[in-house]
Amino acid sequence: MKQEVNGAPKEERNTNYQRKFEKVNEIINRLGRSQSALIPILQEVQEEYRYLPEEILTYIATALGLSPASVFGVATFYAQFSLEAKGKYVIKVCDGTACHVRGSEPVLEAIKKRVNLSGKKKTTDDLRYTVETVSCLGACGLAPVVMINDKIYGQMTPEAITIILDQLEKEDAADE
Amino acid sequence: MEQKNTVLIDGQVVELNGEKNILELTRKIGIEIPTFCYHSELSLYGACRMCVVEVEGRGIMASCSTPPAPGMKILTNSPRVQRVRRTVLELLLANHDRECTTCDRNGSCKLQELANRFGVKKIRFGERDVKLPLDHSSHSLVRDPNKCILCGDCVRMCAEVQGIGVLDFSGRGSNTVVTPAFHKNLADVECVNCGQCGAVCPTGAIVVKDDTDRAWAAIHDPEKMVVVQVAPAVRVALGEEFGLPAGEIVTGKVVAALKRLGFDKVFDTSITADLTVIEETHEFITRLQKGEKMPQFTSCCPAWVKYAEHNAAEYLKNLSSCRSPQQMFGSLVKKYWAQEIGKQPEDIIVVSIMPCTAKKYEAALPQFATDGVPDVDLVLTTQELARMIREAGLVFDQLDIESFDTPFGFTTGAGVIFGATGGVAEAVLRAAHEFVTGQPIDQINFEAVRGFADRKEATVEIAGQEIKVAVVHGLANAKALLQEIKEGKADYHIIEVMACPGGCVGGAGQPISPTMETKKERAKGIYNADKLSQLRKAQDNPVVGKFYERWLAKPNSDAAHDALHTAYSNRGRISGEEIKLMTSQEPDQLDIAVCVGTCCYLNGAYDTLQKFMKLAADSELKERINLHATFCLEKCEQGPVIKVDDEIINGVTPDRVEKIFTEKICTKLK
Amino acid sequence: MNKETLNQLEARKNQWRQGFDREKARILVCAGTGCVANGSLEVYAALKQEVEARGEYVTVDLLLEEEKTGVAVVKSGCHGFCEMGPLVRLEPSGILYTKVKAEDAAEIVEALVSGGKPVERLLYRHPLTGEVYAEEHQIPFYHHQQRTALAHCGQIDPEDIREYVVNDGYEGLKRALTQMTPAEVCREIIDSGLRGRGGGGFPTGRKWELTRIEEGPKKYVVCNGDEGDPGAFMDRSLMEGDPHRVLEGMIIAGYAIGADEGYIYVRAEYPLAVQRLKTAIAEAKKYGLLGENILGTGFNFELKIKEGAGAFVCGEETALLASIEGRRGMPSPKPPFPAQSGLWGKPTLINNVETFANIAQIIVKGAAWFSEIGADQNTGTKTFAITGQVANTGLIEVPLGTTLRQVVFEIGGGIRGGKKFKAVQIGGPSGGCLTEEHLDLPLDFDSLKAAGAMIGSGGLVIMDESTCMVEVARFFMNFTQNESCGKCVPCREGTKRMLEILQRAVDGEGRPEDVELLQELAEAVRDGSLCGLGKTAPNPVLTMLKYFKDEYIAHVVEKRCPAGVCSALKGYTIDPEKCKGCSKCARACPVQAISGELKKPYTIDQTKCIKCGACVENCPFKAIKEG
Repeated sequence: MKQEVNGAPKEERNTNYQRKFEKVNEIINRLGRSQSALIPILQEVQEEYRYLPEEILTYIATALGLSPASVFGVATFYAQFSLEAKGKYVIKVCDGTACHVRGSEPVLEAIKKRVNLSGKKKTTDDLRYTVETVSCLGACGLAPVVMINDKIYGQMTPEAITIILDQLEKEDAADE
Repeated sequence: MEQKNTVLIDGQVVELNGEKNILELTRKIGIEIPTFCYHSELSLYGACRMCVVEVEGRGIMASCSTPPAPGMKILTNSPRVQRVRRTVLELLLANHDRECTTCDRNGSCKLQELANRFGVKKIRFGERDVKLPLDHSSHSLVRDPNKCILCGDCVRMCAEVQGIGVLDFSGRGSNTVVTPAFHKNLADVECVNCGQCGAVCPTGAIVVKDDTDRAWAAIHDPEKMVVVQVAPAVRVALGEEFGLPAGEIVTGKVVAALKRLGFDKVFDTSITADLTVIEETHEFITRLQKGEKMPQFTSCCPAWVKYAEHNAAEYLKNLSSCRSPQQMFGSLVKKYWAQEIGKQPEDIIVVSIMPCTAKKYEAALPQFATDGVPDVDLVLTTQELARMIREAGLVFDQLDIESFDTPFGFTTGAGVIFGATGGVAEAVLRAAHEFVTGQPIDQINFEAVRGFADRKEATVEIAGQEIKVAVVHGLANAKALLQEIKEGKADYHIIEVMACPGGCVGGAGQPISPTMETKKERAKGIYNADKLSQLRKAQDNPVVGKFYERWLAKPNSDAAHDALHTAYSNRGRISGEEIKLMTSQEPDQLDIAVCVGTCCYLNGAYDTLQKFMKLAADSELKERINLHATFCLEKCEQGPVIKVDDEIINGVTPDRVEKIFTEKICTKLK
Repeated sequence: MNKETLNQLEARKNQWRQGFDREKARILVCAGTGCVANGSLEVYAALKQEVEARGEYVTVDLLLEEEKTGVAVVKSGCHGFCEMGPLVRLEPSGILYTKVKAEDAAEIVEALVSGGKPVERLLYRHPLTGEVYAEEHQIPFYHHQQRTALAHCGQIDPEDIREYVVNDGYEGLKRALTQMTPAEVCREIIDSGLRGRGGGGFPTGRKWELTRIEEGPKKYVVCNGDEGDPGAFMDRSLMEGDPHRVLEGMIIAGYAIGADEGYIYVRAEYPLAVQRLKTAIAEAKKYGLLGENILGTGFNFELKIKEGAGAFVCGEETALLASIEGRRGMPSPKPPFPAQSGLWGKPTLINNVETFANIAQIIVKGAAWFSEIGADQNTGTKTFAITGQVANTGLIEVPLGTTLRQVVFEIGGGIRGGKKFKAVQIGGPSGGCLTEEHLDLPLDFDSLKAAGAMIGSGGLVIMDESTCMVEVARFFMNFTQNESCGKCVPCREGTKRMLEILQRAVDGEGRPEDVELLQELAEAVRDGSLCGLGKTAPNPVLTMLKYFKDEYIAHVVEKRCPAGVCSALKGYTIDPEKCKGCSKCARACPVQAISGELKKPYTIDQTKCIKCGACVENCPFKAIKEG
């Protein structure tokens, strides 16, 4: 997982390109070439690349016999899909009603401050963090809620989330 | 209870006669409910909400999508209805670039018209906050997303009627825009320039590229001789711009107007349409006799040709090699006529007046230029000509009629009917029998190929052989037909394809008209003109005969081929995309591209690619290989195709990969 | 019909029941999303270890063959009381431990094994009265509930079909398939009075009947699990906590309308629900309850899961269908209704998760049983997610017609921190807010609609006096604006402009004419929009304008936020009674906004004030007030 995109030696990088592309083909073959498979295909492909590269969308359009514009239309309609590379950690801050009234905004601000993001920018330059808000994670009883990759953290405060992020960074440093 | 088959509309009892929706019903009784997104030839969308009515017990409903049910009480103009419509207009206007005075569609804009009709005087919301870039990339069209009201008419037109889907929505909510894939420009995607998107656009979001300035400049240039050709469909539509009914033949006035505008010679494209008939029919007879490259598709519609180049690689050889009448005209004028009148080709400016936006693109194709001098310099649409006439202050209605100049002014009915769907096929049928048997055909009217049905068919017997003809208009109909041919379900000898519904009379360069009825009237005008012609068969055109005598020898001769025919090539559907698979940083690297475009993909390009990846990865030379998948190497009929540095290699089926890898790649790397 | 299959199932059921009977006790650890997030899986592991350490036999699977007994440690679905999680429930005693940590495992097991008193510090303590409750059903949060749709949630292991079957699972399916015709099934549902739990409250039985009578060999059943209302999570809890019940409802529906294929559309944000549903589908197939020749009756039904991709509007049925078909989730005009032309143009029945969860019991216990619960025309129970400034938040289920007061004060335990109740937002962004005057309003489809709100999916956000209703309206408008699909003009442009107007109100830039403009716009958007999302989007604004108009006027005319929430409208004033004229504030003010004569009350020039609060900190007499 470490800096997969840029810094890896050529060997590893090339195998990555190929492995991913083979995976795309495997996904298309498994899910089928009908329009109804489009969204599941995009979901799995995004798992693989962590975003949806333009040329892969064109490839999927070709394989499914759809116009690239309509595939682009679907990919840009759903919030789950990203056409830009996402960070290693995708931090979703729930801003559903329950979380909002219990103070999700200060939590969001604390995260952005901690990872150095400002304005409309969602992903850090080092591709470590992507911070976004979601409308409801359905864990309203634990409001406010933050989800980091697939893990949910409940009853967050600006202090608590900062500690969690510190911890993540420490673990990462240990790994490296 | 008595169940009457009536509804009550604004207190008026109205009988139901199977109307699809309330909108149709109200139109029948003289109430013009406003709409932006309703078009009877497109699927139901229901988004603009201008057509709402109030139905008792059911509330506010869109009249376009609600079928009338017996007993309904409908109010078409209640206070609630008015409030919704006015709010919709105010909201749309607030988000619209309201530079009406400088807009191409000033005066023909639906939004402007309705704002006026509803007396919207004040916009209480803020201005549009984003200014998106305009797309000027296409030769034919200009897209201005800042004027788009997102009615989706263009999206559905392109996908449903043309079967392409160049445009779609992207994004969501108030960030939604209509765009080609990945916000690319029209010139970089599979747009065929038919312009039907612009023809249905209610505002100025997609307009015909305006070349009138260039035309004026040519006219005002004393060094140049400006020659203009007028396509058949123009003469039955231009009058609409000046208040005359659709379909009225105004040929003489068009000629007069062009002369007053300052064109030096005014000619008729119909004459080269006659020439097309002769060339194309001979080409067909040759193919028929040899039994190859059948069916033969017509090639006078540049949008269809481009469609085929993008999507029907395997049928490109089936397209007639004939250039379109517009290009034959340009070619003859510059190649031969110029010489005769003692001019250099570059001293003559050939302008065409066309019903079509794709003709602008066609004229700019490099194969239609000699030594950098285009055969046709400039294409104006009917709309643009109308603008020039207005600018010059000519009162069109009061112009005395004038005649075309010689020699390119002498035409037959065969050339004129090119303007309507079925016309080319009919003109060819009028000729084919005579060319094969030497005997003129008795019945020259082929009613079966006329009209607006999606697909028309006719069978004629020529020298004991049955010739089956099909005519389609609208590229979705062409797509369906191609599919049937591919599956062996359809079998024809000649197929006429016109991209626009109705053929050229329905071209996107024609005066803006929302209904199919107008197009039908224009087509009627075309057939009337044919009926009134003294000569109705292309082969009877004496001037065309002279062209052969003086310049071209005989049909399909070498000279004719040189001047009147062309070749086609595949085109990728989207530009600038590739999937990186192996990258090299070595100085002496080798670039390998494997095409995974539609055709190659279907021919098993992925298996080929996989083999390459494996061979490359196992090779000692892997450090020096740049391998990527690309979307079209434009050799689709011979797929899978690969490119090694600059060398294109066809037919790289998986079983040939190893051989090619050793021969082409390993040797090159060593 | 093949009796053998039925008999086989019966035999299995008996065998499984004996297995359960062999358990000495059960420890159910909640493994709903909320509790998992709080560490319930670690608690589960610790409990297992502790039971073993005490020499007890731990059963994580059924004791089928051996004559052995043991303590079962089981992961259950959501109990609904998420805030108190991780929750651990003991059976047969019914004791509920709250906020359990792994370290507590030893104590819990010790108390259980020794038969001693429960661990008191882990029992629920009422935050207001301080009273301690040992058993789950005694806790006020549960006591006033009637859990029927949620009956199994938190009581059984959702990943084990045997638990569901032993608890009368698939009895409804059996009865429908073997004793009823499709028309009779539809009739039963019509008679029960069940109305769609997803929002609109359309009679479910009629929807079924309409789809049943459509001609055609191919029909579909679709379960709408695209629960997007922020503040609602009942569908998630049902899919996670009792997936088989949802499946059973769908299979019965398939039989009733003549469909052989179904889709469950689940929000992308619910990975656990997807996983549990997948397990459930696989298990149901294994035992002949799904797939071909169900229960030997010759009826076939296949189920597939479709994961959403993050679009609230896909909760709208036509948009949901577009999404299943792989298109942009944009709604289309109705008619045609999905019953006539739905998925791929085929007749399609779409119901919400909770609606399907009610079906099996209606078939087993009968329409009469169901129609006796709840109120007139509003039969049965309804789940609500109560969140916000209330003492007990969580998922509850009460008969329709229960009053708001009961829900907020008896179940919800009243307002947190002793503050005053101000309003409740019901039905999420599609609903409206209700005030104190509505506390005795029965919660049912029709009463709420009349009050300008709607049940929606059943989210209840309780707000206290410190909430600014204008800001809440802005919040919801921001949500719908973001989630508008962009297709129809009123919703796309109208929500944007409503948000703009509300935004400037909270930013202190409101204009007096906005009051009228906002009302007019909201009504036009409500009347003119294409789908339910747009039609209901103005509800929070309209109810705000109806019940809290003064608060809005205060924002736009007086430039004041009565709740003191909108920071741009915060202002400081000097209380002339308390001010001694010491000038400390004036000296502290960085922009020279405070002036006055020494020893006389000072004043703040509001046009210069930048609301930094320096004056407040420096005033020795607490004479400067915020608000």
